[in-house]
Amino acid sequence: MLGRLTLDAIPYDNPIVMGAVLFMVVCALAVVGGISHFRLWRPLWSEWLTSVDHKNIGIMYIVLAIVMLVRGFSDAIMMRAQQALASDGGAGYLPPQHFDQVFTAHGVIMIFFMAMPFVIGLMNLVVPLQIGARDVAFPYLNSMSLWLTTAGAVLVNLSLAVGNFARTGWLAYPPLSELHFSPDVGVDYYIWSLQISGVGTLLAAVNMITTILRLRAPGMTMMRVPIFTWTSLCSSMLIVAAFPILTATLAMLSLDRYLGMHFFTNAAGGNPMMYVNLIWAWGHPEVYILILPCFGIYSEVIATFSGKPLFGYTSMVYASVCITVLSFIVWLHHFFTMGSGADVNAFFGITTMIIAVPTGVKIFNWLFTMYRGRVRFTTPVLWTIGFMVTFTIGGMTGVLLAVPPADFVLHNSLFLVAHFHNAIIGGVVFGCMAGFNYWFPKATGFRLDERLGKISFWCWLVGFYLAFMPLYLLGLMGMTRRLDRVDNPVWHIYLVVAMVGAGIIFCGILAQLAQIFVSVRDRVALKDATGDPWNGRTLEWAVASPPPFYNFAETPVVRARDAFWQMKRLGIAHRELPAYHQIHMPRNTGAGFIVGGFAAVLGFALVWHIWWLAIGAFAGAIVTAIAHSFNENRDYHVPSELVALTEARYLQKRLQEA
Amino acid sequence: MSADIRLAGAAEAALLAEAEDAYEGVHDAAGTVTLGFWIYLMSDCVLFAALFASFAVLRDQSAGGPDAREIFRLPYVLVETACLLVSSFTYGMAMIAMDRNRGREMLGWIGLTLLLGAGFLSMEVHEFASLIREGAGPDRSGFLTAFFTLVGTHGLHVLSGMVWMAVLIAHVLRRGLTEANRTRLSCLSLFWHFLDIVWIGVFTVVYLIGVA
Amino acid sequence: MEGPGSFAAAAPGGAASGGAASHASVRTYVTGFVLSIILTGVPFGLVMSGALAAAIAIPVAIGLGIAQMIVHLVYFLHMNRESSRTWNMAALVFAVIIVSILVVGSLWIMAHMDANMMPGMMPAE
Repeated sequence: MLGRLTLDAIPYDNPIVMGAVLFMVVCALAVVGGISHFRLWRPLWSEWLTSVDHKNIGIMYIVLAIVMLVRGFSDAIMMRAQQALASDGGAGYLPPQHFDQVFTAHGVIMIFFMAMPFVIGLMNLVVPLQIGARDVAFPYLNSMSLWLTTAGAVLVNLSLAVGNFARTGWLAYPPLSELHFSPDVGVDYYIWSLQISGVGTLLAAVNMITTILRLRAPGMTMMRVPIFTWTSLCSSMLIVAAFPILTATLAMLSLDRYLGMHFFTNAAGGNPMMYVNLIWAWGHPEVYILILPCFGIYSEVIATFSGKPLFGYTSMVYASVCITVLSFIVWLHHFFTMGSGADVNAFFGITTMIIAVPTGVKIFNWLFTMYRGRVRFTTPVLWTIGFMVTFTIGGMTGVLLAVPPADFVLHNSLFLVAHFHNAIIGGVVFGCMAGFNYWFPKATGFRLDERLGKISFWCWLVGFYLAFMPLYLLGLMGMTRRLDRVDNPVWHIYLVVAMVGAGIIFCGILAQLAQIFVSVRDRVALKDATGDPWNGRTLEWAVASPPPFYNFAETPVVRARDAFWQMKRLGIAHRELPAYHQIHMPRNTGAGFIVGGFAAVLGFALVWHIWWLAIGAFAGAIVTAIAHSFNENRDYHVPSELVALTEARYLQKRLQEA
Repeated sequence: MSADIRLAGAAEAALLAEAEDAYEGVHDAAGTVTLGFWIYLMSDCVLFAALFASFAVLRDQSAGGPDAREIFRLPYVLVETACLLVSSFTYGMAMIAMDRNRGREMLGWIGLTLLLGAGFLSMEVHEFASLIREGAGPDRSGFLTAFFTLVGTHGLHVLSGMVWMAVLIAHVLRRGLTEANRTRLSCLSLFWHFLDIVWIGVFTVVYLIGVA
Repeated sequence: MEGPGSFAAAAPGGAASGGAASHASVRTYVTGFVLSIILTGVPFGLVMSGALAAAIAIPVAIGLGIAQMIVHLVYFLHMNRESSRTWNMAALVFAVIIVSILVVGSLWIMAHMDANMMPGMMPAE
């Protein structure tokens, strides 16, 4: 009846896991209690869970990302603590089985459920506003994407309490991830959480591309599109081209595990190397999926706070497009050591070095944008400058690793771990934080506290260097990754320093949480009545903060690259229009949320082999989607009087402020 | 300066009127939906590419079991191919009937397409079932694993296309050839022709090259 | 910075593209159908009759397969160079590039790996 699921699946005997579960349960209860106490269930459902508004969906993505950042970071600090404790003869506190789950969960959560939702959330929030659109092309699909991603995240978190997570590393290489070597549910949790959230990501990207290609305001030619929108387009194209490979690869792995097939097994003609090949054909574009929108964020931030148009806009666009294509011909550098031989390694080594060129172009563009600008050193700018320094170091160690003979020495060492954290923290995390601080007033109507923002930046920056520079050295000394204990006392001090670094990053995260808390508390003082707190250049600043649900009362006409900047120069920004028209808007629907819920149940049932439940949940999701297609009552018209009233209120507030 | 602004204002008013016209023209919902669906199909292409690549890597790994020459019967595959090809044509006829606003005729063509799809699918199921009975199931060898997965994935797509057709028949019977239903039928048309293109890859790479 | 004067009414996304089959006619479909029958029949005939050696039959079959895919794209999916479908075409070209990279790259990598595995020294199945 319940497949493989028994009470034994709950790890009562593991105090660390049970502590974490207890903590999650307490948090969940606190949230549920809070919502009930403040009677927020109805608004939660009608304004958030069923919302098809891209701004609300973007905010929910970011909330998911922040929650998962905390979860993923606790894994990180556990690993650092374990290695520091278990490198000087001690045994540490984590048994190997648990340590393996921790590093797997850390990688999966940080990439799929922290970085991806953060980036997609910012894209959702900002792109329609930047191109002067009312919403994304397919609002209902957008809501479904969010809830599918959330369903995947729920499964990952559930694996903590019921069963276990994979012990295979974040990419679950076979043959280790095959049934023979990983017979329990860990890898199944891995597979289904990624499959479900992967579908959500793919649909989000299809939506984003269609939005950018079709819904731009009149006059916004491709070479007038704001750079963040451009990089979002490139990133979405990469998702559409790369995520199906992940889907197919994981599907093949699950066929091996569920139906006894032989794609990647050792026996009967299977080929585990093919998995490595395919997963990296997705995995390399994935890092560019994450970093490209962040490049866009840095570009927006630097141009805005330097008070200058972005230097080399055209080269920036071409560099992004180049990276989009090039990122598909470098994937073998992740497995130089697998044995494809000198010809193949040389080709992929060279392409990897070439991809550093467009990235270098971008760095120079940002530097020249700042050159002779009046740079305001706000929190987003600090993150951007921190990025430029840190990412350059990460890029250079990357080029080092792109040399196949050097890679043979450094492969799977902590040098590699330091390199990709250098690129992903220095590139993606810093970018998300810059974007978070930059667009927070747009999303909420009040700015974030600058002081705590700066404290958090400095903690992250210092903590990052303390945590990862020792890992470079350890890698050069020969320490391999994913060790739950080492018996080399020389390495001990480096691991202790790294742990201290992780602790400082933890202070950075605390400062950020405090920053959000303090800013919400002081929201009246930090209020942004103008809609344009930073003297911005692009269209998202042309509307109120937070924007009305229809975004633009009248679709703006774009006549220059920095459209809003030009409007301000011509004195035609923030004008009351002689007449307003009614606006055609999509209606909220619970279908996306329900499909997401069914998907989570489906994943859980598949993990535990509860077939009747899996069939039921799958049928439920399909029937919900089909039933929604019969719903004719999907949209409505906002009366022009309401639009006029909303706009008049905003303009009046602006005047008072001025 | 003020004259400059007034000039810009006047120019803008003219441009606004003109641009809004062009803009409304661009925002035909049907075009947006079909473009979005087309982009989704491109992602499906890549999914099949991964399966094709895996098949090509594993095709000689029969692990002592039957190989391609022993299990493929080309005349059978030719009939399957014919089913799918004719169904592509009948769907095309359905689209033309739709363009000419002949709802009943269109439903007839769609029904025929559905039948041909069902014919294709039942032949494929029969092929799979007999292979499994003969002990050449997907768990026999790397080659058979890749074969069943690639062809089966295509079959699942055909199945979902058929479900979709059934749903759209219901839509058309309920509301007639509304704008929304036309868009849906266009998307399904893209999907159905796309599946036929994938099948060209399948019969070439799997069956013809396997037997040659 | 471009001034207001340079604003050409270049609307995004090209002109309306309408439904997928709006440019179709019975004739296009019949042409495509006949071409497809030929392009399916010939490779099947070649392989079934065994008229050509595998070394020739395989490239011929692949060539005809690609030709038939193009026929389907042009006559059934109405891919052409009309400006209204620029983005559809661009997406297709991008997909073809990615598919080629993925398939050719994977086969190249895996073939080299196989060669380096020294099959003679591997235990037989």
